[in-house]
Amino acid sequence: MEAHAWIFFTLTVAALAVLVLWAGSLKGRDPFDQTVYDDTIVKVGVGVSMFWGIVGFLVGLIVALQLAFPNIFYFDQIGWLNFGRIRPLHTSAVIFAFGGNVLISTSFYVVQRTNRARLAGGLWPWFVFLGYNMFIVLAATGYLMGVTQSKEYAEPEWYIDLWLTIVWVAYLLVFLGTIWKRKESHIYVANWFYLSFIVTIAMLHIVNNLTIPVSLTGSKSYQLFGGVQDALTQWWYGHNAVGFFLTTGFLAIMYYFIPKRVNRPVYSYRLSIVHFWSLIFIYIWAGPHHLHYTALPQWAQTLGMTFSVMLWMPSWGGMINGVMTLSGAWDRLRTDPVVRMMVVALAFYGMSTFEGPLMSVRTVNSLSHYTEWGIAHVHSGSMGWVGFISFGALYCSTQWLWKRKSLYSLALVEWHFWLATLGILFYIVAMYFAGILEGLMWRAYNEYGFLEYSFIETVEAKHVSYVIRAVGGGMFLTGALIMAYNLIRTALGHGEAAEGEVTSSAPAALQPAE
Amino acid sequence: MSESKKEVDVHSGVETTGHVWDGIKELNTPLPRWWLYIFYITIVWAIGYMIAMPAIPALPGLGTHNTTGVLGMSDRHTVEQKVAELHAERAAESTKLLDASLEDIETDLNLQQFAMAMGESAFGDNCATCHGAGGRGAKGYPTLADDVWLWDGTLEGIEQTIRHGIRSADDADTRFSAMPAFGRDGLLTSDQIDDLVQYVLSISGHEADAAAAARGGVTFQAQCSSCHGVDGHGTRALGAPNLTDADWLYVTEDEWRNGTAPDEIRGVITNARNSHMPAWNGRLDDATIKALAVYVHSLGGGE
Repeated sequence: MEAHAWIFFTLTVAALAVLVLWAGSLKGRDPFDQTVYDDTIVKVGVGVSMFWGIVGFLVGLIVALQLAFPNIFYFDQIGWLNFGRIRPLHTSAVIFAFGGNVLISTSFYVVQRTNRARLAGGLWPWFVFLGYNMFIVLAATGYLMGVTQSKEYAEPEWYIDLWLTIVWVAYLLVFLGTIWKRKESHIYVANWFYLSFIVTIAMLHIVNNLTIPVSLTGSKSYQLFGGVQDALTQWWYGHNAVGFFLTTGFLAIMYYFIPKRVNRPVYSYRLSIVHFWSLIFIYIWAGPHHLHYTALPQWAQTLGMTFSVMLWMPSWGGMINGVMTLSGAWDRLRTDPVVRMMVVALAFYGMSTFEGPLMSVRTVNSLSHYTEWGIAHVHSGSMGWVGFISFGALYCSTQWLWKRKSLYSLALVEWHFWLATLGILFYIVAMYFAGILEGLMWRAYNEYGFLEYSFIETVEAKHVSYVIRAVGGGMFLTGALIMAYNLIRTALGHGEAAEGEVTSSAPAALQPAE
Repeated sequence: MSESKKEVDVHSGVETTGHVWDGIKELNTPLPRWWLYIFYITIVWAIGYMIAMPAIPALPGLGTHNTTGVLGMSDRHTVEQKVAELHAERAAESTKLLDASLEDIETDLNLQQFAMAMGESAFGDNCATCHGAGGRGAKGYPTLADDVWLWDGTLEGIEQTIRHGIRSADDADTRFSAMPAFGRDGLLTSDQIDDLVQYVLSISGHEADAAAAARGGVTFQAQCSSCHGVDGHGTRALGAPNLTDADWLYVTEDEWRNGTAPDEIRGVITNARNSHMPAWNGRLDDATIKALAVYVHSLGGGE
């Protein structure tokens, strides 16, 4: 905790120093001119998102290599590089550092434009953005130093959780404040989705992190709930982190960037209403399906399973609305790899939101649970859906923020698209195979009624799959590196991005009222 | 936005809602029928499942117990039933195995196969972690697939080892011996240990410095022979290994090849190893322990 106090102190001092320098350079200029959008924060957010994405994918590749070649990638003298520490580093880096920064920066981009209002709260958006990244740094360094409360996707200890709570409430207020000053009579669907994400994550975060610290100067704390109640709270949180962070948040991105990019109206307003409300109402009950055949009472398992099955169509509503928005612009799939990326994202979204209800059925779950099938499922959702829709949003927003006619190179986007798509397929096919294989091996009995295979034999059987998975992850990472290069050259105005460049570098003015 | 902003989209022929956000419009397309009907079907199915299975918790006004469903299914009950079935299926052979001697098992083919299946299964999940799959062994963990035995290679002896462990702190009947840490505790000087290493190398047929080995021999007789034997052949009763054969507990094949074996031997003399094996009595049931003994006995060279 002492190390964290120093990190916090140093970064806060640095932020204040930058603030003083910035204030000194204003020379009477109004920094919060209400007639223009605040795009600087979104530009920084796009860069930071890209950075965390590469960090997260790289750590994921290292973790995959540790599993594939445990004798080579095991560092007994460097404890903080052990699997147990960097596996949560990977998951948090991709979900919260990459995904979270994509959500915050695109939400700041979208909420201004769809409400025709500059971000509310003066410097508060910067507090949200920098404060959130402070949370990321504290959480990540904590994992490496062994500071964890051992709850999946909620590893940070109590003091980091408190900090995030403050940041998140500020985020909610900035977002609501911007909607409050809107110059549109109605609130656009993307903003409902962003808002459901912000509000629900606040609730989930607070309830799942109700702990009692051992002391105010120590990092250790104990959960308020115990046993199966703690497990249920954890998976209520964990499942809805998927629902309200990785689903509704990224559906918000989809609802803005797809119609904007293909310049077509959203397919169905009615569908957006019905699937929004049914999605958020049903999702919140589905968590117990993570605890099938455990000490959790069976009636709660029934609840989790039935609500998961009912969740199928509400989830697909978003896919239908996204894909059908292309009707009248199908040619863009061929000509614009960014559009193709976002549509493939929806395909993966549709696949994993069908697979989710399927896996929540108890008899299916008895085979799939605890196996690599689960890993395949989350990665088709996270790399395919969350990753690709984020990449699409980053390509679009970079081009639009820096006012380029085109990206630096569409050919590089093609490379990114194919490397990443094939990488995901390598990854998930290998993991589906490994998952079903080990699931069947675990339940195989010999003629005398004893287990056919020992656990270690089921691990050995996965070796080749692990190697293929690492190759797939490496391809996905390579694609992201190509993207980072492309985005930087686009922002700098090189190549195709230079042609017909918009000369004015002034911030985007608020659009006149329709 | 006024109603007058509504327009008909040329491509789809569907009317928009009349709102525009940053250039984005929305069509007022009705809900896809197939989507709606499948949604209804999942809801109906969910209600049916909730009627059939335990679903509604005990709540004030709803009784003191959750609903059990019209099918009356219960995970707890199913598990108890399946465990009981499995025990019943194994009961006859398990009982027979407990009283069987080595000869009984070797002559009763069915009993032998049962014991081997049970032992192999238990070995994989309990013993292979240290002794390796198939008992191939590892540095510090004896190979069970050969005919070299540290303590006892008979069926009864193996069962004794499994049941009570070796140097196991929580079992009074554990097999026990302790080699002194000759270097660390100052019982021998560094030079004396160097000489001892050469002697151990020489009696196991390796190249050694003859003069040093001769000096080491004197030390060996004074300090080591009481356990390892005058000729270095070891003493089973004390778990003291034979030092003259090619089987090494704390030196790997790789270490012999790359020349670090003398350092490893020096390390053992200096610090002693005295490794542990847990007692399995109470963790595994009697039939499983017996089956494990049969399985291990069969691996390489049971006596």
